Amino acid sequence: MSVLAIAEQRDGTFRKVTYEVVSEARRVADSLGTDLAAVVLGSGVEAIAGELGKYGADKVLVADHPALAEQITEPYTNVIADIAGKQSAEVLVIGASSQGKDLAARLAARLNAGLAMDCVAVTVEGGNVAATRPMYGGKVLAEVALNGSPKIVAVRPNAMSITENPKDGSVEKLDVDPGEGRLRFVEKKLETEKVELTEADVIVSGGRGMGGSDYTLVEGLAEVLGAAVGASRSAVDEGWRPHSDQVGQTGKTVSPNLYVACGISGAIQHLAGMSSSKVIVAINKDPEAPIFSKADYGIVGDLFEIVPLVTEEIKKRKG
Amino acid sequence: MDIVVLLKQVPATESIIAVGGDGKSIKTDDLKWVISPYDEFAVEEALRIREGQGGKVTILTVGPDKATEAVRTALAMGADEGVLINDPAALACDGLGVARILAAALKQMPFDLVIAGQRAVDDDNYLVGTAVAEYMGIPNISMVNREEIADGKIKCRQTIEGGTVTLEADLPVLFTTQRGLNEPRYASLPGIMKAKKKPLETKSLADLGIDAATLQPVTAIAALQPPPERKGGRIIEGETAAEKAAELVKLLSEEAKVL
Repeated sequence: MSVLAIAEQRDGTFRKVTYEVVSEARRVADSLGTDLAAVVLGSGVEAIAGELGKYGADKVLVADHPALAEQITEPYTNVIADIAGKQSAEVLVIGASSQGKDLAARLAARLNAGLAMDCVAVTVEGGNVAATRPMYGGKVLAEVALNGSPKIVAVRPNAMSITENPKDGSVEKLDVDPGEGRLRFVEKKLETEKVELTEADVIVSGGRGMGGSDYTLVEGLAEVLGAAVGASRSAVDEGWRPHSDQVGQTGKTVSPNLYVACGISGAIQHLAGMSSSKVIVAINKDPEAPIFSKADYGIVGDLFEIVPLVTEEIKKRKG
Repeated sequence: MDIVVLLKQVPATESIIAVGGDGKSIKTDDLKWVISPYDEFAVEEALRIREGQGGKVTILTVGPDKATEAVRTALAMGADEGVLINDPAALACDGLGVARILAAALKQMPFDLVIAGQRAVDDDNYLVGTAVAEYMGIPNISMVNREEIADGKIKCRQTIEGGTVTLEADLPVLFTTQRGLNEPRYASLPGIMKAKKKPLETKSLADLGIDAATLQPVTAIAALQPPPERKGGRIIEGETAAEKAAELVKLLSEEAKVL
């Protein structure tokens, strides 16, 4: 029996969620009294693999193959399913990133594994594995009992703490067969400067109150905070911001340390998507806006006046 | 081109969701039910592909009697046929069970392309579409915001954190939708009238040759809870905007310690 932590790397660098996955998988392995193997897939990734020992991996299995250079669900599923069998995996922990979710789903079907998608907590009691996960965009939290063997927990990015817990982390290179490769990689395009909403520690969002596509003020505040920029659905529907910026039940569910809502009234779908943020700030000219009922700190006022002042204050404080 | 759209009827996203008396399900009285928004993108994209290339769009869903309304809405948007799998045993399944049922139904119909929502906005499981592809033994591409079909191949652009990846595969393929793929049309009045006469077939698990005993769930909801209540509502006072801004930053730094 073992626990597998599936690492996610992009172009030879681990994604932040990987450290969360390995840390959480270590806790699960300890609760089950078993070993933890981290699995790194990619091409030319052997050199980075050993780092995962620092977060509690007893060993790191490396699936290195040109066909695994890009994360594509089918070959990744083929390789991981094979490893899960050979390692008698009891639990697989995967990061619920965009591609991680798809991988977890295909693996669950392949292995007939009980899957908890996008979990925010994992509990092990008497050998039983359960997970807490939001449903209805965060309007409800479900406690899901997982059966079958193995079980898969796909953990929400930003939800699990990263814990250093050095173990051996010896690297073992595996012979792998990614399969026939029915999906052909064409291209990948990245906006390198962009902080991803689901991974961000701080988010500054703008809504209908922005009045147009000029987000300079929101971006200015985001810059001093090192924050990602989000938007409400109405701002996206107006065409002011890209679809990928939408926070809410039909967009992205986020849980940063700090969420600053500028000119967002707080429709129920938006509130569901950001209510698990640690600290919420709302700036809105309407004192009756529902967003204030969820906000730890609210300022009633004109965002065009308030936001630049807040930006300046933070600059001063940060020196 | 035969296109099958996997669809789920869900509570409208403006719904307040409350936990039911059993602590494991939600209260369904007074809920308005709609096509899951990501499945609407799937219906729309299927219609656009058919408009460009010809063919047939079939709506496939698992649900109770009232799910008929969602299928009729998709037919009113322009889909050609609907299949509703309505069976008490199907309603007791978990996500993998539903995927098995959908796969069994797909095996009874011709298809070149299957389109599904990336997730249903009730369970938020991100599971069923991908699992159907696995059970059908076809490739899948998730979270697609642009696709292009030519010469029996499909090219899909999927969103990933901070960017996109484009993948190509020979049909048949299953892809799941991402926001930005299209703007779903509304059902027109003539569309609604026509939809009433379009074929909508209801099937049981027996019709699909499925023994309910093979649908043993591997996940179970043990409890549902409302999320922790937030103690919001604190308004920062001040004579001027500058005072309010200064006070906010002070509180964020010294009290909340998030700066």
